[in-house]
Amino acid sequence: MAVGLLDIEALDRSEIEELLERAKEFQPVAKQGKRLHLLEGRMIVNLFFEASTRTRISFEIAAKRLGADAISISNQGSSVSKGETLLDTVNTLRAMRPDAIVMRHAASGAPHFLARHMDIPIINAGDGQHEHPTQALLDARTILDNRPSLEGLRVAIIGDILHSRVARSNIHLLSKFGVEIVLCGPAPLVPQGLAAMAPGVSITHSLKEALEGTDIVMMLRVQLERQNETNFPSGEYFRFYGLRPEALAMAKPDAIVMHPGPMNRGREISTEVADSSRSVILSQVENGIAVRMAVLEKVLTKVPA
Amino acid sequence: MAKLLIRNGHVIDPANGVDRVTDVLLANGIVRAVGENLPARGAEELDATGKIVTPGFIDMHVHLREPGFESSETIETGGRCAAVGGFTSIACMPNTKPVNDTAHLTRYILERARNVTKVNVFPIGAITKGSAGEELASIGAMKEAGAVAISDDGRPVMNSRVMRRAMEIAASFNIPVIDHCEDLNLSAGGDMNESETSIRLGLRGIPACSEDVMVARDLLLVEVTGARFHVAHLSTRNAMAMVAEAKRRGLPVTCEVTPHHFALHDAEILPYDSNYRMKPPIRCNHDLEAMVEGIKHGVVDAIATDHAPHSVTDKMQEFERCPFGILGLETAIAVTLERLVHPGHISVARMVELFTTGPARILGLNRGALTPGLPGDVTILDLNDSWTYEVAKTASKSRNSPFDGHTYRGRATATIVAGEVIWRA
Repeated sequence: MAVGLLDIEALDRSEIEELLERAKEFQPVAKQGKRLHLLEGRMIVNLFFEASTRTRISFEIAAKRLGADAISISNQGSSVSKGETLLDTVNTLRAMRPDAIVMRHAASGAPHFLARHMDIPIINAGDGQHEHPTQALLDARTILDNRPSLEGLRVAIIGDILHSRVARSNIHLLSKFGVEIVLCGPAPLVPQGLAAMAPGVSITHSLKEALEGTDIVMMLRVQLERQNETNFPSGEYFRFYGLRPEALAMAKPDAIVMHPGPMNRGREISTEVADSSRSVILSQVENGIAVRMAVLEKVLTKVPA
Repeated sequence: MAKLLIRNGHVIDPANGVDRVTDVLLANGIVRAVGENLPARGAEELDATGKIVTPGFIDMHVHLREPGFESSETIETGGRCAAVGGFTSIACMPNTKPVNDTAHLTRYILERARNVTKVNVFPIGAITKGSAGEELASIGAMKEAGAVAISDDGRPVMNSRVMRRAMEIAASFNIPVIDHCEDLNLSAGGDMNESETSIRLGLRGIPACSEDVMVARDLLLVEVTGARFHVAHLSTRNAMAMVAEAKRRGLPVTCEVTPHHFALHDAEILPYDSNYRMKPPIRCNHDLEAMVEGIKHGVVDAIATDHAPHSVTDKMQEFERCPFGILGLETAIAVTLERLVHPGHISVARMVELFTTGPARILGLNRGALTPGLPGDVTILDLNDSWTYEVAKTASKSRNSPFDGHTYRGRATATIVAGEVIWRA
């Protein structure tokens, strides 16, 4: 099995620190639009089986900034939509000799399944409800741009945790750094079993309890309309779990607000909060490129050219 | 006529209270005698010194996939798996294509089985037409044609009124009702047992309560209808407790447990490996312990494999897209020895009951004992033979087993049906 990046859970703290440090060095490059030649002549395939704009583009830009070629394939208009199996699709791509595959897939564990059966590095760009490792890395980079360290912080993650790969990756990452993590949302979407995922995780169904004394507020996208089941009384979500200015006032005065996007204004976050000076949502997007550069560099320099 | 004399084996025949070294004589397809120093008189002799000789093992829950899904298994290949695994009789579930919901199809399966396998095949008919859960299937006619039970295995009857009527009819025809107990609304879309593991892996949970709710419903319906009722592949602690309580109250209720449900728990499964994907799912450790306790204390009547072949193509997919089910016939005895007998949870005699008299009684088969006059079905076991299960060499057309590569101590070394050795290690 080739070394890629399947999830945060399997990484240790020093590997994460190394990626975050390297991402910091890449920040000016990412901002200024320079092109390095670190991965000259290497090819990365972005294989997106699920719609994504920001992650796919961010990976493409990151690859190009490093001098690599990036090719993106989405499920529309490819053999993926013609009933070919995942293994056949990826085997076909592998025959074209890319150096790594960046993959987004709607099924949890799809990259893990592939990694067991093939020898090309796979970078997970989000698998179902499982993990989204580069999102957690860019979130950590963003926090560290605003705080001296992760240790001792209190982070509230609010929303549909059960179905969120962003939440899972963040829980694993933050826990490895001794962060106090509070998960908050409607009971069916924040089951008690989440507390066993990693050390330092607690659960509340009260927004007030989650926000009090919190340094970082991470909001998750809520897609109640897509779940097609009765996880929460419709129409009550924003009232009890939406982040409005008066709710944010319960957090620490310098608390920052994060969101992985795309946002539902008026659903989980109010426009005032989203656009306030406390919001670092656009920094997250910027950091996405720097962090993905660090990940691509790390994965590809382990693979002989 | 052919005679077979099995010499010097340790005969364990719980139905007749036999548990000693002795001989077994089979002739004309039936058991002729059990006793010391039986005269050969022209019989072929089989030396069973150091081996265990038991009535032929019965697996009351298998999927043979024929007709309709012959790329995964056929009656012939499933029969071969049974022989290799030490089973002389198997009962096959009706979820073929078409579903076995008529006397015609029941007869077809019996006829095919006679032509392609020497293992005894006992069809189980559907409860409802097409196992769609709405109209009752031809229960009486299927019983007359040879069906030994009815079940909508895999597609449980959700409508309680339909289930009640099915139980009333089944009671009147004296045929047992086997239910795969799963409330499909509670388990909807689930991939694996709902637990901390499913949460961590981001897979949708199949909660234990989805099984418990249906077991509770069915037991209440048994009380109303008096049907003989059997819980298939019971897997939860609460379901075990409810069956124990129902038995204590004298209801005509039985249950089976699969080897994988007393051998594996969900904290040790390989993430996203479809060889661990089945229904009911591999549960928590406390459920596993309840299975072992239920077997030890006599709540469980049978061990059944739920042998469920799925082709390599179907199983080599993203976990959540793979069909449910694993192979079981070839590993059942070894897993039972490893998990229950060798650690001292149950005796060999109790294991033999769970594979012979238990299922025979549930299905009303005149087998499962070495009583003179009964069919000459015998399984010979070597409790110490060390061997490794290699799924690449399976007799099945499929390869879906979580036990691949595992080394076991003990297995069947000969399978004898109607006095004929149909498989030898």
